[in-house]
Amino acid sequence: MEIKREPIPQDLDFRSRQLMARDMLRGELEGEDLERYVEQAVMTTTLDRAVAWAQGNSIYPLTFGLACCAIEMMSIVASRLDIARFGFEAFRASPRQADVIILSGRVSIKMAPVIRRIYDQMLEPKFAISMGACCSSMGDFNNYALVPSDKFMPIDVHVPGCPPRPEALAHGILRLRDKIQHNEREGWRERYAAVGTEEVLRDGEAHELHGGVALTAATGESQGA
Amino acid sequence: MLDRTALEALAQGLRDAEPSSVLGTTFDRGRAEIQIDPSRNVEVIEWLREQGFTFLASLHGVDYLPEEPRLGVIYELLDMTEVRRVAVKARVSVEDPKIRTVVHIWPGADFPERELYDMFGVVFDGHPDLRRILMPEDYEGFPQRRDFPVGGEPILFTYNETEHYGRDR
Amino acid sequence: MSSISDYRKREESITMSTESAGMGETHELLTLNIGPHHPATHGVLRVIATLEGEVVRDIKPVIGYVHTGIEKTAEQKAYWKAIPVVERMDYLSYYFNAMAFCGAVETLLGLEVPPRAQYLRVIHLELNRIMSHLVWLGTSALDLGAMSMFWYCFREREAILDLFEMSSGQRMHTRYFQVGGVIEDIPVGFAQKVQKFVDGMPARADQYADLLEKNEILLGRLRDTCPLDAETLLGLNVTGPLLRAAGVPWDLRKAQPYCSYEKFDFKIPVGSVGDNYDRFRVRHAEFYESSKIIDQALNGLPEGPHIADDRKIVLPPRHELATSMEALIHHFKLVTEGFRVPAGECYYPIEAPRGELGCFVRADGSAKPARVHMRDPSFVNLQATAPMVKDSYIADLIATLAMVDPVLGGVDR
Repeated sequence: MEIKREPIPQDLDFRSRQLMARDMLRGELEGEDLERYVEQAVMTTTLDRAVAWAQGNSIYPLTFGLACCAIEMMSIVASRLDIARFGFEAFRASPRQADVIILSGRVSIKMAPVIRRIYDQMLEPKFAISMGACCSSMGDFNNYALVPSDKFMPIDVHVPGCPPRPEALAHGILRLRDKIQHNEREGWRERYAAVGTEEVLRDGEAHELHGGVALTAATGESQGA
Repeated sequence: MLDRTALEALAQGLRDAEPSSVLGTTFDRGRAEIQIDPSRNVEVIEWLREQGFTFLASLHGVDYLPEEPRLGVIYELLDMTEVRRVAVKARVSVEDPKIRTVVHIWPGADFPERELYDMFGVVFDGHPDLRRILMPEDYEGFPQRRDFPVGGEPILFTYNETEHYGRDR
Repeated sequence: MSSISDYRKREESITMSTESAGMGETHELLTLNIGPHHPATHGVLRVIATLEGEVVRDIKPVIGYVHTGIEKTAEQKAYWKAIPVVERMDYLSYYFNAMAFCGAVETLLGLEVPPRAQYLRVIHLELNRIMSHLVWLGTSALDLGAMSMFWYCFREREAILDLFEMSSGQRMHTRYFQVGGVIEDIPVGFAQKVQKFVDGMPARADQYADLLEKNEILLGRLRDTCPLDAETLLGLNVTGPLLRAAGVPWDLRKAQPYCSYEKFDFKIPVGSVGDNYDRFRVRHAEFYESSKIIDQALNGLPEGPHIADDRKIVLPPRHELATSMEALIHHFKLVTEGFRVPAGECYYPIEAPRGELGCFVRADGSAKPARVHMRDPSFVNLQATAPMVKDSYIADLIATLAMVDPVLGGVDR
């Protein structure tokens, strides 16, 4: 399984692209210039990359605030740093409808089984962001009452801070978006020795979900890196 | 605020009303405290309530580990009309941590007494629903006692993450 | 159409009285678990509600889902290092947590806080009170369905957090209050920025009132819902805006002034009926009063040191470390071991946005506290929700939880 990462080709500076666009509108682009313009303006890609691009731009977070980091998560929804511009505005209360769980705050031992159950109720593809120092490691409180979130569920992105600034959480969210769009997330199954724990869709025909891209029953092979 | 003489007057009145309930008084840096015999806590508090201390500002516990009796139950009482505060301390031992509840006087003592049970193991006789409140229901041990270990997770670095998480990398 | 008339008949059979509650064929009590993960709870509060139809007959709050062992952790740290730990308890009023703890330690030490530090503390405390009420207003309106308020309140909150960042470098949990005063004097331009904010705050509060007060749905949900009289509240040891909404004018800033609050002229808003609408109005009126206090504090800000002088307790200023040997030794001792507090106990109560926040510190003569207990207002106020919502609808339960304003970090510590 090869992981290919291709950045969006942007070899021209802004002024040249502007001139090319002007020529295009006038109908004056020809030949190689036209081909280059089309390459830059239109994304040609495989289906799974397109799907991953769409998935990454419309993630529904779960409304899951635990403690102080939840207030900074609320301020990321507010108008100063507005994550609606990234497509994240639809906070869903039901785990069945959410894509990413942002663990914001300290995870106590009483809450850990609840979080695990909620995470299990989420449907694939699902992601987890551990926001703040308390849930990534133990943070300020290395004692009997807390458990680091790594211990009971797989986390994709850890965002440090106590509490992380909204900009820091936005950085973490965009990092997650990069991961989704460039299909890096196969990584977590290897990291947590969880290969083979993919969900079975139908009796008899095991469908493997690689990086969240569902396969068709007919082809039965993975489309994707 | 109560000063030393007023505290002594109050304690004297308490000694007259409830004999042999007061074990001592302390006035230290502005804090007036009366130490009482734990078996008489309800009577003492009711008497103080008649004197005007009608509000229970706080009910909390302390573990005086090397000194016996170890577990202290402290009632911070407040007189709202004259703005006076007095603390009433009852100490019970770990072997027999029983004390009577004051929930029938102040229904708001419900949660603090449950917290004292959860954190220290003090059993309140007569409490309607003495269960753990902050820790999980089946937790063993009383975390806030001084001999309970702090606990915590070892800090993971790359050199020791395999022995703690069992991953081979 | 007969189904509709059947439905209407069944609807009529639901009464608000308790006689009909009980097991049987026609009346059945349903136990519903709300939380700990629920869109409408403020934090991870789990409520087990016993319902008859849509009417709540009893609730049992279950807490402990964010219990962090703060009190145990604070026992392991020196007094100075315990301040950030204790700050993270009630995570919306972090300056108040630090104030209660520092006040308790200062009482135990007998340390005098200089007047400039007291005024700076008052400015930050009242800014924090406004910020806490803004978050309350935004999230409560969100619970009740008025979503726009969330964005307006958080816009003001960002302005306040910019001020906190200017004075201390951090938006939340700023570690600005230290034992003996504040950690640093305010930078140039801070006073002007605070003045500008405070001049504009009453107009903003008027805008919030305009947006919400005449809204029929909000009034219908808040007026005359879940009232509780003052005597029951006092029996439940409730303090803060909940008690003031029921008509009891009890505010520790006026009754037992601390930190030079007696020098300021402000009123405390008091309600009359004690229903959800009064609780809403009392907190909303505190916006104006806090703005007044900050204004007076800015105008009367005295010159002087921003922290006490006692080098055995307070860190020396950094420029002295290069020249003075004693300063270096003091710095070393304070950072490694910390100052020792003579043995004793102290309970220091202050008026937090939610009620009486008291810090009990037991010192045993060493550099670490032997017991730190925070008497959190939300912990005690939460017991009042059960009598409040008895015999009202579930929607009123949600509105009441919003108006009680529990912050689960303080409830669970």
